[in-house]
Amino acid sequence: MSEVAEENKKKAADDMPDWSDYRGVMIVVEQRAGKAASVSLQLLGEGRKLADKLETELMALVIGHDVRHLAEEMIYYGADKVYVSDAPELKDYRTRPYSRVCLQVLRDVKPEIVLQGATATGRDLAGAIATHLPTGLTADCTILDVEPHPSRLLLASRPAFSEKMLATILCKQYRPQMATTRAGVFEALPRDTTRTGEVITVENTMKEEEIAAKVLRFIEETERFNLEDAEIIVAGGRGLGGPEPFKMLQDLADALGGVVGASRAAVDAGWIEHKHQVGQTGYTVRPKLYIAVGISGAVQHLVGMQNSDLIVAINRDPDAPIFKTANYGIVGDLFQIIPALTAAVKEKRVLIPQSSAQEGVTHGKI
Amino acid sequence: MLHIVVCVKQVPDSREIRIDPKTNTLIRQGVPAIANFYDMHGLEEALRIKDEKGAVITVVCMGPPPAEKSLKECISLGADRAVLVTDRGFAGADTLATSYVLGLTIQKVAAEFGPVDIVFCGKQTLDGDTGQVGPGIACRLDLEQLTYVQKVEKIDQEARRITVHRHLEDGVEVVETAMPVLITALKEMNKVRRAPLPGMIRAAKFKPVIWTTQDFPGLERAKIGLKGSPTIVSKTWVPEQRHVDTEMIAADTPQATAGLLVDKLWQTELPQRFGWANGSEV
Repeated sequence: MSEVAEENKKKAADDMPDWSDYRGVMIVVEQRAGKAASVSLQLLGEGRKLADKLETELMALVIGHDVRHLAEEMIYYGADKVYVSDAPELKDYRTRPYSRVCLQVLRDVKPEIVLQGATATGRDLAGAIATHLPTGLTADCTILDVEPHPSRLLLASRPAFSEKMLATILCKQYRPQMATTRAGVFEALPRDTTRTGEVITVENTMKEEEIAAKVLRFIEETERFNLEDAEIIVAGGRGLGGPEPFKMLQDLADALGGVVGASRAAVDAGWIEHKHQVGQTGYTVRPKLYIAVGISGAVQHLVGMQNSDLIVAINRDPDAPIFKTANYGIVGDLFQIIPALTAAVKEKRVLIPQSSAQEGVTHGKI
Repeated sequence: MLHIVVCVKQVPDSREIRIDPKTNTLIRQGVPAIANFYDMHGLEEALRIKDEKGAVITVVCMGPPPAEKSLKECISLGADRAVLVTDRGFAGADTLATSYVLGLTIQKVAAEFGPVDIVFCGKQTLDGDTGQVGPGIACRLDLEQLTYVQKVEKIDQEARRITVHRHLEDGVEVVETAMPVLITALKEMNKVRRAPLPGMIRAAKFKPVIWTTQDFPGLERAKIGLKGSPTIVSKTWVPEQRHVDTEMIAADTPQATAGLLVDKLWQTELPQRFGWANGSEV
């Protein structure tokens, strides 16, 4: 290991090649049916900061069918220049035609930084194009920064070593520098319809008969579950001991008008689906209220939820690290506390006069 | 007969890794090494295809010699052969260098044991968490690429087509493509079986095929190990955690404790914001 560290240092000290041909920050936009993914808009916000710091342009690449309107949208959200490839063959995301367009643009335009959301599609595409180019790709970043001119290095930071630490990853010997980033970490700029920019059309060169993959159908998730945007989350961890107690959390979440989250331990154990996972390889959340139940508070979990406005921790272990982060803490048996809490919330809500309750209801299921 | 390659990595069990609170460094000692569990779902799917249609399964692994343990596990479950690619020259590889070596390995597997129809990888590893090696291998071997697969719906051997369900953030995509194909497996794909006794007996005596840099005549040194890795780790640190003055709430009964907490919540702006209103004013 020390040998690796030594060589790393040596490598970092090497002089960097001349990269003056490579300029600008490019966001590869993900869209479905003409609607941009929220992570792409968030990346435009973050990319704007990086581009300004480098005194360079922020560019966006939009690929799809009937997506021309997105070019303007990307400008409203911060892009200076938008490349658009619009063709029937590009209607559904497929690795080969999308990477063909991407590679063509990246080779022509030569951006110094290329960013994408760390979604299934983003990771699928980024993995393919980084190998083709070839260049370095850092996955699932949660912090981005750049060194100013002349190094212009992307400082891509992500949870590492089983998510217990953060690591900053550099790519010195190759361009562009590529990274995928987690949804919910960065903030989109307000949509500004007064912004103007340039739109450039990119031809699709791949014919349908050259594409082996066919998307037969898409089954949209019927239960619209969105952890990332939830304002109240009741999350469960290892302390729940199995899938059954999550029903108890659901009752509490329903009473509060919130949703159920989970720690990685609970998801890895198979007690609840991955879409509920808070923290690394899950979602980064910043709700108004976060109730952590039976979650000890491993670093990776805290990173994913510590920006919540108000945190309540319920745990049997008085020494659980989660208590250091919580505004309110209860040490005790969650199997007794949670039903009592649900009952207390319901009771308090029942007392609401009918008229004011209706006026006030803007969120939640009740 | 179908020839299926399964890529397996031996990783430290992430659940067992701790941080030394005094030095803020990783405690690596005593952390058990396991086969990356996403990869094992890939192996399980290969075994199911073998059970149903007949197939030969070759498991490949890049890693230090102790990784033999994970390969033996694959053999005990029903894989037919296993190749360990091991050499100090491969150490320190990032995902680009790793996919280069695994690409060469699978090419050599195809040359020596017959053409490959399907390559399975896990959706990501437990230690790297990148999900980049699968697409990297597909790219290098010019295979069709199907990532985040939760179900193999159909394999048409005559037409050489395969249909799978990919799990995306907003739904499930059913996609059909041509073989040879590379698939990255989600754990929802299947339930991994237990090794039968004869498998365990076979595995006990089993020795994997070992390939080193010497076994790849066309290998470019500049593309392997640290040298072949564009990304470098410049620093690591333990993220700062928010520390607040925690108010502990306790009463004689769970009901009373819950009542106290609800009172606290009702003193915030939350009830108004979320339309819980203020019961105490009734």
